[in-house]
Amino acid sequence: MDLQGLVAIWVGKVTILASRLLGKGGSTFPGRVARRIDPDLLRKLAHLPKQGNVMVSGTNGKTTTARMISSILEAAGLKVVHNRAGANLLVGITAAFLAKASWWGSLEADLGLVEVDEATVPAAARELAPRLAVVTNFFRDQLDRYGELEHTFSFIREGLELLPAEGNAILNADDPLVASLVEFSPAQVTFYGLEDASLASQEEETRDVRFCRHCGERLDYGQTYYAHLGWYRCPGCGFRRPDLDYAVRQTIRGSRGSRLEILTPRGELEAEISVPGVYNIYNALAAVATTMSLGISREVVAKGLQAFVTSFGRMEHLLIRNREVFLALVKNPTGFNAVIKTLLEGEERKNVLIAINDKYADGTDISWLWDVDFERLATAEERVNFILTSGIRAEDMAVRLKYAGFPVEKLAMQNDLGSALEEGLTRAGEGGTLYILPTYTALLEIREVINKLGYGRRFWQE
Amino acid sequence: MSDLKISVCHLYPDLMNLYGDRGNIIAFTRRCQWHGIETKIQSVTLNQVVDFAEFDFIFMGGGQDREQQAICYDFQQVKGTSLAEAVEAGVALLGICGAYQLLGRYYKTGEGEELPGLQILDVWTEAGDRRMIGNIVEESDLFPGRAKTLVGFENHSGRTFLGPKVRPLGRVLVGYGNNGEDGTEGAAYRHAIGTYLHGSALPKNPWLTDLLIAWSLERRYGAVTLSELDDEIEERAHQAAQRRAQETWGKIKAGVK
Repeated sequence: MDLQGLVAIWVGKVTILASRLLGKGGSTFPGRVARRIDPDLLRKLAHLPKQGNVMVSGTNGKTTTARMISSILEAAGLKVVHNRAGANLLVGITAAFLAKASWWGSLEADLGLVEVDEATVPAAARELAPRLAVVTNFFRDQLDRYGELEHTFSFIREGLELLPAEGNAILNADDPLVASLVEFSPAQVTFYGLEDASLASQEEETRDVRFCRHCGERLDYGQTYYAHLGWYRCPGCGFRRPDLDYAVRQTIRGSRGSRLEILTPRGELEAEISVPGVYNIYNALAAVATTMSLGISREVVAKGLQAFVTSFGRMEHLLIRNREVFLALVKNPTGFNAVIKTLLEGEERKNVLIAINDKYADGTDISWLWDVDFERLATAEERVNFILTSGIRAEDMAVRLKYAGFPVEKLAMQNDLGSALEEGLTRAGEGGTLYILPTYTALLEIREVINKLGYGRRFWQE
Repeated sequence: MSDLKISVCHLYPDLMNLYGDRGNIIAFTRRCQWHGIETKIQSVTLNQVVDFAEFDFIFMGGGQDREQQAICYDFQQVKGTSLAEAVEAGVALLGICGAYQLLGRYYKTGEGEELPGLQILDVWTEAGDRRMIGNIVEESDLFPGRAKTLVGFENHSGRTFLGPKVRPLGRVLVGYGNNGEDGTEGAAYRHAIGTYLHGSALPKNPWLTDLLIAWSLERRYGAVTLSELDDEIEERAHQAAQRRAQETWGKIKAGVK
C-alpha cells in the first residue's frame, strides 16, 4: 500500500471509530472521506483478497442472495469482506473494505463479496475487477432512478463486458432480459432457473419484459413462477429460455421454509432454506450456482445454505397508497416475540394486522399462539392504535389478545385477508404505517392480494 | 361477591409446557380477575414437597415423553399421595394430555410393559401405532342445565380407556377422542378433569373455565354464582373452531393434507 492509500485508510478508519462513538452506523461516510483522499483506494484494497471478488447485482434479491453466498463461504471456512449492510454504492463498498483493512493497509480476506447497485455496476466492475458476477433479475420498480429497463440492462452489460475470460457470469435464465446478457459476457456463462411445475404461479402475472430484445417480437410465455420469470420463447427469432446448468427440480414447501432438490453440473444437491417464498428459492439457487462455480463442494453448499437465517424481526417494506407497509412472517413463538419487540421500537403509534392461518404449511395446531408474549404488546397498549386480526383463525388471535390484556375496543376481526388489508390501510390513514404479521400461507395470500393491487414486485426489494 | 380468593398450583411449569398449555393458566387467572376473584399462583416442580389440599386449583400441562418419565418418578415418590388426597377432598384439577395419562392407572408401552400411574383417575392408556392429530369438538354434559360443546386440538398416540369410576368429559362430535373407538374424550372424577384438548383448552371454552373456577371456590365458599361476562369474542372463536374442525376432519378422512 502506498502512502496516499495508507493515509486514506487511517483517516477512513478514524472516521469509522468516530461515527461509532457518535452512534452513527458508518456504512458509507468513512468510505466517502477516504475516497476523497485517495480516489484509487477501493482499487488498491480490492486486489488484496486472495481469491478475488464476487459481484452481485440485479433489481431484486441482491442482499439476500449475497447473504446466502456469505453463509456458504463461511461454511467453507473462507474469510470474506462483504458489504452486508446493503450499502451498495462505491462509497459503501469502500467503507466495507476499509472496515476489514488493517492500519498497515493489509487485508485478511480470501474473497470480496459485493452487492452492487445496478447503476454502479460499470464503475464497481472497473475498481473491483471481479472474477464472478451474479445477475438476479430485472424489474421496472426503479423507473424513476434509471429510466428504462434497457438502461439498467446497459449498466449490467457494461459490467459483464469487463469480466475476465477465465471468469464466471451467473445469470438467471428465467428472466429473458438477464438471459439476453449471455452474448456480452467474455466469461463463461452459467444459467440457473426453476424446473418445478408446483411452483408455477396460477395468477395472471404482470410482465415487465414483454418483447424479445433481439428482434422486438412479443415473447410467448409458458409456465411462469413470479412476474415475468419463467419459461418463454420468441416466435420471431427463436430466442428461448436457455438450458439450465443449475435447476430446482423439486420443492417441498413447509412452514419453516423450503426443501429444494437442485440439479447441478456435479450432480444432485438437496438443500433446505429457512425463508419462505419463490423469490427466496431464486436467491438460494443463485447462491448455489455462485459458490459451486467458485469450487465449493455440494456438501458445504448445502450446509452453508441451511445455516442461513434472516435476522429475526427483519421486515419486508413496501409502499401502498401512501401508506408504509411492513410485513414480517410469524411462525413460532421465538420469531413472533422478536417481531413484537421490533414492532414496539420507535415512538409512533402502531397500526397492526395479524393474520393467522392453520393450513398444513402453517402448522394445523395454533396452540403456539399461547406461548407468544402478547402480554408485552398489551402492556405497551397506549402505543398501539388498533390490532386487526385476520385469516382462518382470526378469532383465536383475538381471544389471545383479549386474554393478554389488550383492550377489546381496539380489536377487530376480519377473516378475509383482502378486506382486512383494505380496512388496515384505511384505518392507518394517509401517510400512516401498517404492520402486517402473517403466518406462512397468510403471507402468500397477502402477497397475492398486494400483487393484484400492483405493488407486488416491491416485495423483492431489500 | 367480594374477597374471593383462589390459590392456584401450576405443576411442573418448566417441564410440562407443550403446545401452549400455559394458555390455560392465563385464561383461568384472567377470568378470575374479571369475576372479581383474587388468584395466587404457585409453581411446583420436581422434588418439591407440598400439601396439595392447600390449593384450590391444580393445573398440569402436557409434556414430552422424556420429561414425563422424570415426572412419573417424582409423582410416585414425592407427590402422589398428597395429590390423590387433595382430589378426594374436592380440590379442582385440570390435567392435559400427558398429565391426563399420568393421572390414570397405568400406561402400557408398545412392548407390553405397564408403567404405573397415580391412580387418581380410573383410566388406563395403551401405546398406539397411529398418532391422533387434529381439531376436535365434543359435547359435554358436565354443565348444569344443558350440554355444552368443547373445542380443542388433540395430538396423541396413546389410547385411553375409561373405567367405571369416571365419566367422560365429553362425547366426540368431530375428532378421535380418548382412543378413536368408543367416542369418549377425557375423563372427570369429582372436581378433577383429564383431557386431550390443547388449543389451549380453556380460552375458547369459557364455560369450562368458569366451571373449574366455581369448583375451585366451592370447598371454601360453597356454591358461588359467578358474574356474567361478555364472551362474544370467545364464543366466536369457539364457533370458528367448530367450523374448522368439520372442514379439516373432512380432509383427514379423505386423506388430504
